[in-house]
Amino acid sequence: MAAHLKKRVYEEFTKVVQQQHEEISAKKLRLTKPSKSAALHVDLCKATSPADALQYLLQFARKPVEAESVEGVVRILLEHYYKENDASVRLKIASLLGLLSKTAGFSPDCIMDDAINTLQNEKSHQVLAQLLDTLLVIGMKHTENPAVRMRLLDVACKYLTDSSHGVRNKCLQLIGYLGSVEKGATKEAESLATKDVQKIIGDHFNDQDPRVRTAAIKAMLQLHERGLKLQQTIYSQACKLLSDDYEQVRSAAVQLIWVLSQLYPESIVPIPSSNEEIRLVDDAFGKICHMVSDGSWVVRVQAAKLLGSMQQVSSHFLEQTLDKKLMSDLRRKRTAHERAKELYSSGEFSSGRKWGDDAPKEEIDTGAVNLIESGACGAFVHGLEDEMYEVRIAAVEALCMLAQSSPSFAEKCLDFLVDMFNDEIEEVRLQSIHTMRKISNNITLREDQLDTVLAVLEDSSRDIREALHELLCCTNVSTKEGIHLALVELLKNLTKYPTDRESIWKCLKFLGCRHPTLVLPLVPELLSTHPFFDTPEPDMDDPAYIAVLVLIFNAAKTCPTMPALFSDHTFRHYAYLRDSLSHLVPPLRLPGRKLVSSPVSSSVTPHEDPSQQFLQQSLERVYNLQHLDPESTQELLEFTIRDLQRLGELQSELAGVADFSATYLRCQLLLIKALQEKLWNVAAPLYLKQNALASAAAKQIMEETYKMEFMYSGVENRQVVIIHHMRLQAKALQLIVTARTTRGVEPLFGMCENFLQEVDSFQRGFISELPHMQDSFVDKLLDLMPRLVTSKPSEAVKILQTTLRQSTFLHLPLPEQIHRATSTIIEPAGESDNPLRFTSGLVVALDVDATLEHVQDPQSTVKVQVLYPDGQAQLIHPKPADFRNPGPGRHRLITQVYLSHTAWTEPCQIEVRLLLAYNSSRSKASTSLSKSTWIDSMEALPPSEYGIEGTIPFSKPVKVYIMPKPARRALV
Amino acid sequence: MPEIKVTPLGAGQDVGRSCILVSIAGKNVMLDCGMHMGYNDDRRFPDFSYITQNGRLTDFLDCVIISHFHLDHCGALPYFSEMVGYDGPIYMTHPTKAICPILLEDYRKITVDKKGETNFFTSQMIKDCMKKVVAVHLHQTVQVDDELEIKAYYAGHVLGAAMFQIKVGSESVVYTGDYNMTPDRHLGAAWIDKCRPDLLISESTYATTIRDSKRCRERDFLKKVHESVERGGKVLIPVFALGRAQELCILLETFWERMNLKAPIYFSMGLTEKANHYYKLFITWTNQKIRKTFVQRNMFEFKHIKAFDRAFADNPGPMVVFATPGMLHAGQSLQIFRKWAGNEKNMVIMPGYCVQGTVGHKILSGQRKLEMEGRQILEVKMQVEYMSFSAHADAKGIMQLIRQAEPRSVLLVHGEAKKMEFLKQKIEQEFHVNCYMPANGETTTLFTSPNIPVDISLGLLKRESAIGLVPDSKKPKLMHGTLIMKDNSFRLVSPEQALKELGLGEHQLRFTCRVHIQDPRKEHEMHLPDGSIMVESILIQATAQSEDQGTKVLLVSWTYQGPPHFVTAKSAILEE
Repeated sequence: MAAHLKKRVYEEFTKVVQQQHEEISAKKLRLTKPSKSAALHVDLCKATSPADALQYLLQFARKPVEAESVEGVVRILLEHYYKENDASVRLKIASLLGLLSKTAGFSPDCIMDDAINTLQNEKSHQVLAQLLDTLLVIGMKHTENPAVRMRLLDVACKYLTDSSHGVRNKCLQLIGYLGSVEKGATKEAESLATKDVQKIIGDHFNDQDPRVRTAAIKAMLQLHERGLKLQQTIYSQACKLLSDDYEQVRSAAVQLIWVLSQLYPESIVPIPSSNEEIRLVDDAFGKICHMVSDGSWVVRVQAAKLLGSMQQVSSHFLEQTLDKKLMSDLRRKRTAHERAKELYSSGEFSSGRKWGDDAPKEEIDTGAVNLIESGACGAFVHGLEDEMYEVRIAAVEALCMLAQSSPSFAEKCLDFLVDMFNDEIEEVRLQSIHTMRKISNNITLREDQLDTVLAVLEDSSRDIREALHELLCCTNVSTKEGIHLALVELLKNLTKYPTDRESIWKCLKFLGCRHPTLVLPLVPELLSTHPFFDTPEPDMDDPAYIAVLVLIFNAAKTCPTMPALFSDHTFRHYAYLRDSLSHLVPPLRLPGRKLVSSPVSSSVTPHEDPSQQFLQQSLERVYNLQHLDPESTQELLEFTIRDLQRLGELQSELAGVADFSATYLRCQLLLIKALQEKLWNVAAPLYLKQNALASAAAKQIMEETYKMEFMYSGVENRQVVIIHHMRLQAKALQLIVTARTTRGVEPLFGMCENFLQEVDSFQRGFISELPHMQDSFVDKLLDLMPRLVTSKPSEAVKILQTTLRQSTFLHLPLPEQIHRATSTIIEPAGESDNPLRFTSGLVVALDVDATLEHVQDPQSTVKVQVLYPDGQAQLIHPKPADFRNPGPGRHRLITQVYLSHTAWTEPCQIEVRLLLAYNSSRSKASTSLSKSTWIDSMEALPPSEYGIEGTIPFSKPVKVYIMPKPARRALV
Repeated sequence: MPEIKVTPLGAGQDVGRSCILVSIAGKNVMLDCGMHMGYNDDRRFPDFSYITQNGRLTDFLDCVIISHFHLDHCGALPYFSEMVGYDGPIYMTHPTKAICPILLEDYRKITVDKKGETNFFTSQMIKDCMKKVVAVHLHQTVQVDDELEIKAYYAGHVLGAAMFQIKVGSESVVYTGDYNMTPDRHLGAAWIDKCRPDLLISESTYATTIRDSKRCRERDFLKKVHESVERGGKVLIPVFALGRAQELCILLETFWERMNLKAPIYFSMGLTEKANHYYKLFITWTNQKIRKTFVQRNMFEFKHIKAFDRAFADNPGPMVVFATPGMLHAGQSLQIFRKWAGNEKNMVIMPGYCVQGTVGHKILSGQRKLEMEGRQILEVKMQVEYMSFSAHADAKGIMQLIRQAEPRSVLLVHGEAKKMEFLKQKIEQEFHVNCYMPANGETTTLFTSPNIPVDISLGLLKRESAIGLVPDSKKPKLMHGTLIMKDNSFRLVSPEQALKELGLGEHQLRFTCRVHIQDPRKEHEMHLPDGSIMVESILIQATAQSEDQGTKVLLVSWTYQGPPHFVTAKSAILEE
């Protein structure tokens, strides 16, 4: 019987699907195809003047064309093309042909012949260029078809001799994109085919038009990108192009040289005007270095950037980049860096007070001075001193990349990076601090360098200071004076900018960890202990004192002799800080005290697996128990949810998974509860008031499903289906509840219709996942679809209700990595008792500083909400520039929120919180909606008809005390 | 042979009194008109009588160009235009035009009012002189007359400093004035395009110096000031009113801003204030940072720098004071110095060079006890620092500019002879171009080979260029046509066109050549009455021999069997 039923159901199911498909395609066809080409034809025939025709074509281009009708349209266009005398109209037609052949699902090889034919009779160079462009588009669609490629290539080669630069440009582009990459494969295609593409392009390196030269180099680069190994012979040609008159040529040539240097780093090239030879990569490096002092800043940026990625260059050349021989009156002078180093090594205190401290020393042999070096000399010295900050940033970046691969270079470039800390542009300063942090593993700061670094701590920009703290976290300091200096400067920073507290403490924590032996001799001085006298106990709440203690305790972790130097109150303070600031103070093995047991740090690794197992087991348990009686199911769910939540709190790495599954279970629980309501058994008119629970449950499930879908990063399609399924159930529930509570049938019609559409789109969106969902709500619903469609709303609701009750609980597969988006508002802190006063009607700016974790694309999703006491809510979209990205998965929002209100009599609190905006059209369900790349007018279309927008609050609200004062009246 | 003549009247192997005469393609241009700081007699101005003994200067000079407002580049201008007499145009950039009269007026005041000289130019003369000035924009091509055009390029150095390109036809000269190739806190770096002039006249103040990065200098300076202020000391910075003073102000201002410092900075009033006003106006002439941020805030509107009052010097607590003049030889800076010298917490920073004999020079050379007027002995306990902030290109910078402009020859001025010698040798060695360094009054002549433009009709060009295989190579190409020289213009036209224009008929020249063929078999040949041979068909193949262009090898063959005959003939060049 069951088998029979199944079969029947299956038959019906397939039928339904087929019908639907037919319907959909039929609709589209009827809507567009006939109208499109026919209308165009009529329009073009009507056009009396070229201007008219152009107008029609422009209008036509605004609307997309379906793949099926493209060919017809193309035919019409071509027909007009042959008739048309005006070049501008032909140009537009040619460009339309290109656009049309881009249409997804349309195979443009049928129009290729026509396009090539039109080329032959064309006189206008512009139209020619446009037609070649169209051919390029066609060619791009058939890159794997060698015959098409050969054909197009022949065309391109033929038109290469055209006198117009535009045509030659396009030809070169065509060759670059379509030129055969694999040499062996073309052998069978005769001599005609084995044209050496590189040779053809190379011949145009000295074309008379700079645009063509650029296009030639670009085409060559394109070939390289497509996997063709460029010949080494191009190198000398490319070198010549470096001295071209036009910046775009030079810029492209620099790129080409870089590519070649990566391809043939080890081959040997001769140095002109001498019989020496050097490695190609070194030669190229020298040449690119030379371009760092080019006349055009675009080229300089390009060159500086590329330098960073030339890691194979020999260290001798690399170190030259930082070299600049100073001289004064032909006598050798030492650089300030050298002087600083010398002072440091001689142990003398830096005087720098004498005039002529930098007096030149020995005479220089005039013949030996080379003022314009052919090599890499001083490239970075120039780059870092450049006028444009873009060049300086590029140079700093390059320096960073090179230093990461070469420790000795890192050591050498330190002085220069430190110098950059004083650049006039903040971005450059920031960039150089970050760079320094990245290479800090390779370096140890000298005291005088540290001094300069620390001087920047007084910078008024918070970003700079925080970057510097991060840098100090991972710096190696060589002496105990250095540590002391750093501490003193950090404390100074603390008094000047008390808001930096957390960041300074963290910095000192790492500083202590890294240099226990250097901290040790400083301890008595820092704690101001005295061998004979007791010193007064410092104030425990003083942030500066806490900072000192953080440094010492962290150093003491690996230095067992240190606690012997502590005085009594230090131990007490330790106990206090260990509890209050446990993330900064490590557990210590103190004499006379047991090691404070800390389960987290002592046994992290063995714990991990059991908790993971526990999570899995409890979830398994829930999913397995399908046929328990409702009460015990509810109970089990409640327990499991509780367990999961607790687990999430304990194990931060599992928090995402635990929360995610707990939310899902909660939805299920709500659903079960709602269905268990007695109200279903009562006659309809009686439970008008009692339906609160069920509809509230439906609403809550909806909310929770949105949270699940949009607040977690790492959710995959498998989960999305289940989430959507749950939402569908909630919608069904809502429908049932409304059906029961409303009188009259009219509103139900609409709702039923909507619901069925919902089911339909679900089915379309997740058709691939349906097989995994047997026995689920949707599965059953789809079986019953024909009945639902035909039946009356009241009946449909009944069917729904039974299906909903009978459907089983779907197993939620857990994704690999899942993280919940969280945010904390650091500022405003919500502690202030002083209201923010401002004149009503005017605005006041409130600084908001928040950290966001695991938020994807925060620029478009994170909003700030301000709730006024009168219930008025304001939504603020922060600027994209307000988001910073300090690390992977972490974001920081520093923005200003403008508040305004009419006058109040009392100061009152407003709430500020962060919201996560979502838009279901962005979700994976609708990615199948392919955006056609017709033309830019597509932007005008509405985003999507069934996109649901909403927001999820994801931070704790912070209260801010404000007081809009009434505006003072003008003097009477 | 066309030639360019250059005669420095000043600044030839010397610094100061810049004045260079250039005659190019019949045009005479005077570059800069400066005074010499070292002299107080006639030698302070260039000897304008060199130009002409008795004629009017205006007849001899087509224009005067002033590169920037420093007195050694513009100090003699009122004397030259009003007292010697010149009524032609004077070109300078807008900022130079604005600031120049202030400096000239100041110079006049010192010379006439303080030193009591007579026979000097008056305020009215300065005004009259400025009326003759034509202001130019950067990269604006100004037509002085039909043939002479000039164009200004950015030069750094001071506000409004410019390099000038002087161009007549295809001949051109670039005069750099003073320039700086490294940007500083308020100005950008000099820049020029690849204009390939025939001659580049470059300054060479630091011909033998390669300077350290300016960042180290700035950092040192800021560190010293900062430390001293933190100690509670007072810092005195003697400066000249314009140029470096503004750079140091910007430097300190941004540093104060960045570090949130509170100690006051003062600036002596007067000249500097006026000049600051112009710095605020000419934002486009400053560096990238100032240009980009001036919408939010004009960097020259100082927040931390206030005007100085004499009474402030005695205020307690730390402060920084900029005071004029720069060498501590007189005026406000000396007064303050005397007040503060006794305290070792205080500091004086000399940002530039000091002339021998001034207080500045004495303290820099380490003298701790100074004898002031009235036999007072002033003991200097304050710290003395020296910082060199100079805005001239160093040797590397000069070479860089030469590389950018790619001149065909270089001429050095504004520097010491010994140093120039070194740089000259380097330039010749590295760029393989001629380099000159004339002394004052010495004329350098260089020959040019200017291009002569010829008009060609498009049809002819297309036809001729279609003959060759590759139309796009940069190589010179042979063209056939007729050159017509008429009314000072050159045209290349097709022969038919030329004939038509000149109203001449076409003559055809026919060359005949008798070929003797010793062959007994003559059945197929017919001897015509005039003695020539008639063959049914004959193939003549002409090929040029590679060794000798004038000789062509003719291969004549016909169907009649027999050995082909090689005929060598000197072919005449035909003008058809």
